[in-house]
Amino acid sequence: MNRFVITIILLALAGSASAQDVLIRNATVHTATAQGTLQNADVLVRRGRIAAVGHGLNAAGAQVVDAAGKPLTPALFAGINDIGVEEVSGESSTVDSGESLGTSKDMAVRPEFDVTSAYNPESVLIPVARVEGYGWTMVAANPANGGSLIGGQGGAFRFDGSLDPIGGRVLFLTLGGDSANLTGGSRAGQWMILDQLIDEARGRIPADSKFALLTPAGRAAMAKYFGGGGRVVVTIQRASDIRRLLRWAKQRNVRIALAGASEGWKVANEIASAKVPVFVDALVDLPADFDQIGATMENAAKLRAAGVDVGFYLSSDASHYARKLRQLAGNAVANGMRWDDALAGLTRVPAQAFGLDKEMGSIAVGKRADLVLWSGDPLDVANTASQLWLDGRAIPMVSRQTELRDRYLHREESVLPPAYSR
Amino acid sequence: MRLLLTAAAATLLAACASQPTKSTSTATTPSAKSYSFVADPYPSTYQRIPSPPVVITNATVLDGTGRRLDGAGVLMQDGKIIAVGNDVAVPTDAIRVDGTGKWITPGIIDIHSHLGVYASPGVSANSDGNEATAPVTAQVWAEHSIWPQDPGFLTALAGGITSLQILPGSANLIGGRGVTLKNVPSTTYQAMKFPGAPWGLKMACGENPKRVYGQKGGPSTRMGNVAGYRAAFAEAADYMKKRKGGDTGKRDLKEDSLAGAINGDIRVHIHCYRADEMATMIDLAKEFGFRISAFHHGVEAYKVADRLAAEGICGALWADWWGFKMESFDGIQEDIVMVDRAKNGCAIVHSDSEEGIQRLNQEAAKAMANGRRIGIDIPPEHAIRWITANPAKAMGIDGMTGTLEPGKMADVVLWNGNPFSSYAQAEQVYIDGARLYDRHDPKRQPKSDFMLGQDLLRNDAKQGGAR
Repeated sequence: MNRFVITIILLALAGSASAQDVLIRNATVHTATAQGTLQNADVLVRRGRIAAVGHGLNAAGAQVVDAAGKPLTPALFAGINDIGVEEVSGESSTVDSGESLGTSKDMAVRPEFDVTSAYNPESVLIPVARVEGYGWTMVAANPANGGSLIGGQGGAFRFDGSLDPIGGRVLFLTLGGDSANLTGGSRAGQWMILDQLIDEARGRIPADSKFALLTPAGRAAMAKYFGGGGRVVVTIQRASDIRRLLRWAKQRNVRIALAGASEGWKVANEIASAKVPVFVDALVDLPADFDQIGATMENAAKLRAAGVDVGFYLSSDASHYARKLRQLAGNAVANGMRWDDALAGLTRVPAQAFGLDKEMGSIAVGKRADLVLWSGDPLDVANTASQLWLDGRAIPMVSRQTELRDRYLHREESVLPPAYSR
Repeated sequence: MRLLLTAAAATLLAACASQPTKSTSTATTPSAKSYSFVADPYPSTYQRIPSPPVVITNATVLDGTGRRLDGAGVLMQDGKIIAVGNDVAVPTDAIRVDGTGKWITPGIIDIHSHLGVYASPGVSANSDGNEATAPVTAQVWAEHSIWPQDPGFLTALAGGITSLQILPGSANLIGGRGVTLKNVPSTTYQAMKFPGAPWGLKMACGENPKRVYGQKGGPSTRMGNVAGYRAAFAEAADYMKKRKGGDTGKRDLKEDSLAGAINGDIRVHIHCYRADEMATMIDLAKEFGFRISAFHHGVEAYKVADRLAAEGICGALWADWWGFKMESFDGIQEDIVMVDRAKNGCAIVHSDSEEGIQRLNQEAAKAMANGRRIGIDIPPEHAIRWITANPAKAMGIDGMTGTLEPGKMADVVLWNGNPFSSYAQAEQVYIDGARLYDRHDPKRQPKSDFMLGQDLLRNDAKQGGAR
């Protein structure tokens, strides 16, 4: 108990400036690089960065942690979600993940909407995810009725208390049956609207046209993404829609990534040759709607086998249940994916997809020391995270939930009501 | 034992009720003396699928009674468990299955499912789970909404689910009757209906009813919720009194369900998240003389674990759900283990999800892992009870299934290894001794009518045809 208190005080004093020097010895190091897994290996952290990975490392002055052979991985990616921009999903006053300036029938297209400016690094969801080994997330802007098929922009946040995102912004777009009601009832309207937006961004439709949908800021935002300047994450499921999207993105020079792609396996070769990364929910195997008739537990494995870079994300309740992501990866392995590829889907692949791989997503010299030590195989729900480091700082393995747990776990120790226990 | 008697009694009453009476042409209007609140005019037509005897040998067996047997086998014959142990006799005509390296458990049971009533695909036409037209609809029966072609039944089967309770949703204070099914692919729900299983009565605390009815005449508050339950049960008590006094007046389907619950013939299952609301519902049950079988969802059950155990109420819980609404904000991952560790505690892992039901074993594994992290080590032979024996008990079918004991239904899962893992998969699933799912045999992988003909163009393309 005391140890936690001290750690917290140190962190509070130190902020993020004082990264630690740490030597983690004798770990099973899953590097998420071409090096694969290193047995009985050491990882040396200097000034918050990985300084060396190898055997028999020494480091004067570094705090030494004996991993006792346990697995060490990069801090995991928590998915594409609303961590930090929603607290209680059902309470709209706590949810900032989407904007709907229009009425439910009028579309308000606001690609300039940037959800990252709503992010609260003190959200209780962040420690809940951290104690399970998650170190960063992609905060998304969601399409909403009265908004449009373009949700707006989001960005990646590390769970280190940062107020601002790391890396560039990402534009979020939803296509298919899910958003047909945002484009007049037909998914054909989606392509019509998207091409109009490009025309507006390129000045082919005058800003004062009565058909114009974008504000000046919106035109600038669209111009950036529709010129290949930033990643566009497209939530899409149906195979035929995916084929059209691949063609459209190539013609318009848009750098896309897919989210969902329940039927992606059917067009895996086309996705692979377009070099488009895909984020899948590996537990989706039912025809939740007519866009996902072909959903299967083998989606991740088949996409990967075709050469697609596969990351994981949760398609629903993605913020509070972010910790479930490693169960997805484990189940993908049970359904044919290679273990290394599944780990990459929680580490290196998302970092690459969002242009952050020079900073994070693997255990290699020069990368941020965002690391997790596990009680056993991290893709198996039978195990838990033992310790998370961000920039080499040991993060207290405490959350609102562990505090609730401890209060009621030990309530018989006091005659006072639980409200008096810490 | 009591269950079997109840089942027999129900069958008799159903038979009685089918005799036409002089006073009316409707078969279900009974005479005063034989009046039953739980007669079943929609009886089970379930028939077990015939199979030769099956013996699985040399596996690790978790029998659901708390025992673990290594290098053991199970013999099933005529739909029943015949023997479990290290030296099981093998009939000459038996199908032999080598269980080396594999694990055997009782069939998995989900006490909380909406398969069939909120079927996939989730189109509006398939939305049949909440009769959200009045806050008390005890007269509706979930079974009358079930679409047996829901592909979710079959993915659940592949996850080892052999029995499940289908409940109405939680929009209403009293949502109606739930039904227990055997998870056999079927064209009618009656052919899935678990013979002799009591109905459940679905009730709901908290946010959902007040949200749904807040702008539709109420209740709009939690105090309104409780007044709503009390009014309903007060009326039911009155109805019961009249019936017992020989009143042969108009039958009231709503009161029948509530009376059946008060009598204990219908099991009461309450959707309830918060600890304080569970305590209120316990008082409500005492006020009107009914028993609560289980609190479902109970994300705060850990705060009142001792109380639930003392009252003999099970907690049907998730491993890690929280935060999707205010009343779920205090969910913790140790909820299940903390309910379990109370003296006489009864913890159940439930799904309420077409995805979660496919992996109740993994949900249990998460609870075990979180228990281990705080020094509560739960062995597999105990944890398996959360998804077998305990739900069977709360559903009133523990005399028939839920453990691998001789004489019980041969509902059995053969796993590829320790079931409490991300990598665990059900390899074979037996219901009443028949292998209805086999991961390695496409002929034993059922497919819903809905899934036929969905991929024909692709097959053409594979054969060099249409593109």
